[in-house]
Amino acid sequence: MAKPEIDEITGAETTGHEWDGLKELNKPLPRWWLWSLWACVVWAIGYWIAMPAWPLVSGYTEGLLGYSQRVSVTSALAEAKEAQSEFLEKIAALEVSSIKSDPELLRFSLAGGAAAFGDNCAPCHGRGAQGAPGYPNLNDDNWLWGGKLEDIHQTLVVGIRSNHDDTRDNPMPAFGRDEILTPAQIADAAQFVLSLSGNKVDTAAAERGKEIFAEQCVACHGEEGKGNPELGAPNLTDRIWLYGGSKEAISLTIRNSRAGVMPSWEGRLSPETIKQLAVYVHSLGGGQ
Amino acid sequence: MNPRPAASSAFSDVMALAGSLVAIAVGMMFAIAGKDAVIVFHGWLFTAAAAIVALIALNRMRGKGPDVDPTAYVDGPVRVATVATVFWGVVGFLVGDIIAWQLAFPILNFDLPWTSFARLRPVHTSAVIFAFGGNALLATSFYIVQRTCRARLAGSWAPWFVIWGYQLFLVLAASGYVLGVTQSKEYAEPEWYVDLWLTLVWVVYFLVFIGTLARRKEPHIYVANWFLLAFIVTVAILHLVNNAALPVSFLGTKSYIIYTGVQDAMTQWWYGHNAVGFFLTAGFLGMMYYFVPKRAERPVYSDRLSIVHFWSLIFLYIWAGPHHLHYTALPDWAQTLGATFSVMLWMPSWGGMINGLMTLSGAWDKLRTDPVIRMLVVSVAFYGMSTFEGPLMSVKAVNSLSHYTDWTIGHVHSGALGWVGFVSFGAVYCLVPWLWGRKGLYSMKLVEWHFWISTLGILLYITAMWVSGILQGLMWRAYDSLGFLEYSFVESVEAMHPFYIIRALGGLLFVIGALLMAWNLWRTVYGEEPADMRDQPRIAAAPELREPAAAVRPLAAE
Repeated sequence: MAKPEIDEITGAETTGHEWDGLKELNKPLPRWWLWSLWACVVWAIGYWIAMPAWPLVSGYTEGLLGYSQRVSVTSALAEAKEAQSEFLEKIAALEVSSIKSDPELLRFSLAGGAAAFGDNCAPCHGRGAQGAPGYPNLNDDNWLWGGKLEDIHQTLVVGIRSNHDDTRDNPMPAFGRDEILTPAQIADAAQFVLSLSGNKVDTAAAERGKEIFAEQCVACHGEEGKGNPELGAPNLTDRIWLYGGSKEAISLTIRNSRAGVMPSWEGRLSPETIKQLAVYVHSLGGGQ
Repeated sequence: MNPRPAASSAFSDVMALAGSLVAIAVGMMFAIAGKDAVIVFHGWLFTAAAAIVALIALNRMRGKGPDVDPTAYVDGPVRVATVATVFWGVVGFLVGDIIAWQLAFPILNFDLPWTSFARLRPVHTSAVIFAFGGNALLATSFYIVQRTCRARLAGSWAPWFVIWGYQLFLVLAASGYVLGVTQSKEYAEPEWYVDLWLTLVWVVYFLVFIGTLARRKEPHIYVANWFLLAFIVTVAILHLVNNAALPVSFLGTKSYIIYTGVQDAMTQWWYGHNAVGFFLTAGFLGMMYYFVPKRAERPVYSDRLSIVHFWSLIFLYIWAGPHHLHYTALPDWAQTLGATFSVMLWMPSWGGMINGLMTLSGAWDKLRTDPVIRMLVVSVAFYGMSTFEGPLMSVKAVNSLSHYTDWTIGHVHSGALGWVGFVSFGAVYCLVPWLWGRKGLYSMKLVEWHFWISTLGILLYITAMWVSGILQGLMWRAYDSLGFLEYSFVESVEAMHPFYIIRALGGLLFVIGALLMAWNLWRTVYGEEPADMRDQPRIAAAPELREPAAAVRPLAAE
């Protein structure tokens, strides 16, 4: 055995071993440390007795409290559903347009719609439904596919250019890409479109554009360019632009067309949730 | 020189040449027949590395290599690993801070695959854990085991193979991530062929370490070496089990893990948690057990505590992994075991903290004068804090709030920056003057700056993550009176923004600290006269280089 020595500063003995000048004191385990360790062990054993803990050949020790994560989450979900069932049943039974007449139901739908909007719609339309280039602002009274409650509900159910059989879809031709119009004609048409919302334009070009518009665009956008929500054709006279209102942006739209998409929420959200969303979106400001 | 080492060295040279020729053949196979661009690139890289080794071996066989002094400690590989520690540290911290800014400002992803968060994040984690931490462990373990065993490292080529083979592993792994090759297992992202290479390197590491222990001239094995050996052995097992995969083709990068579903998740977190336990805890405790008493010039506080906490730590740690999978498809009983073993792990972890801190008793004044020992002591304090926070977060009631939030990120970083980072910095500040035979560090003032800048950075980081994590957890679970979620996920992301900026600023301070260290060490190695030698502790304890034959004292013979 090596020879222990006394460490002058602490007065404790060393173990007598030395490695590259390093020594160790021969001190006992700190009491508080040992007791804390045992306390943790005792707590663990108690936990094992109370809760599911040790695997057996088939199955496991289930514990005195009979806790099961699956059971507790199932019952918590059922409880949550039960708490809302009064409202949900009524909403399921009612047409979306009748929900508003019941103040209780309206309050519930606005809360539920706001929650569903945050998790499902906000990524594109923004948390405040303010929209973004390519994604409509839902606070104004400008509606591509109609702003009545039923219209909004229908848009939510079928989506836009989605995989739903009845999806809302009205393709605008890509006039430039598909060589229906020449670049010069497109520039003229853009000038005319700009003039519809009262912009200063090159009047000669706009005159030429008017003829092109009459041939190519009126079918959907109407003779006055006021659009048609039945067809999803935007109003071109209101200075609200989904893809930008500059001459370049409008030319690009005419050249390549645009085809924004929104998924069909049927099957992804419950019918009750879609109704709540419709009520919520309708309430945002511009519902018709 | 006596003939025996010469003969065995000639044999090693032949073996090294043969090995590198085989490696060239394997590399060429991937390079020529590889089925995707990345494996072809890695094949050429591997071939080039093997060719360099072959050239060195040939050179040595022609008697042109540098002379090897068989009576000295083997410090060449330690020097390389020390430089690699600093290099990879700066790289890893920098990439970490870049991705922190990306989280605050997503535009910084630049919309390019190679610079996206998804690819850079594993570069950061692997660079700090395996490259910075791994090299720090390689350097210090090779240094410590020789000194505390009074024995030269086993093998002549083997230690070099371990160090450079490990660097090759790191380059293969990191370049793979950036090019989009990953097996999608956290902290185990490298694909099968990189895993196989690491296995080979790691087995040689184990053999060098155990071989050195076997030829020790001290009757007992010093506590640091227990921890280091536990680290080496366990990491080998973790690596092998978690990476069990079948390649789609032996000439392609893609492979599939053999486990599925919850078994895969459990294996992954058994691995992931014990990477923390054995790589980042046991390994670095080994480092702590050498450098703290060495720098403090005090005996380790309690031999008995070191024994009890070592065995309890390694026994309990291996069970704790399931706490990463609370409230998932993992069976209840496994979650219970994960939580309870984590709580029982608290005191065994703190044993290391007590032994580290109490070793300072009688030398507390050094905290005032020596920033290096202050760094080491603060690292132990962060270790203590993290190993309390860990068991706390593994309790299911706490975990239901903390899980999936930034609190976890803050917890990891108080351990990673505070404990692993600072203990490694302290060790490297000790090692560099010793390894390069300098009187002291170039500047203690710079160490002071490094210490304070980095400490401030860590505090900003972890407090920001505490606040944002708890805020996140509370926002996610808030319901209104009608039973609807109060906040959408997007709103919780929005709420994180200011904290992400604070975190990134904290990280920036940490990077600046590391750059100061790199500069200071560069000047030290370069041979600059220390600017403030007067302030440096005399010990600086250049451990004397004892020549085995002459220095072997008769083993205490009573």
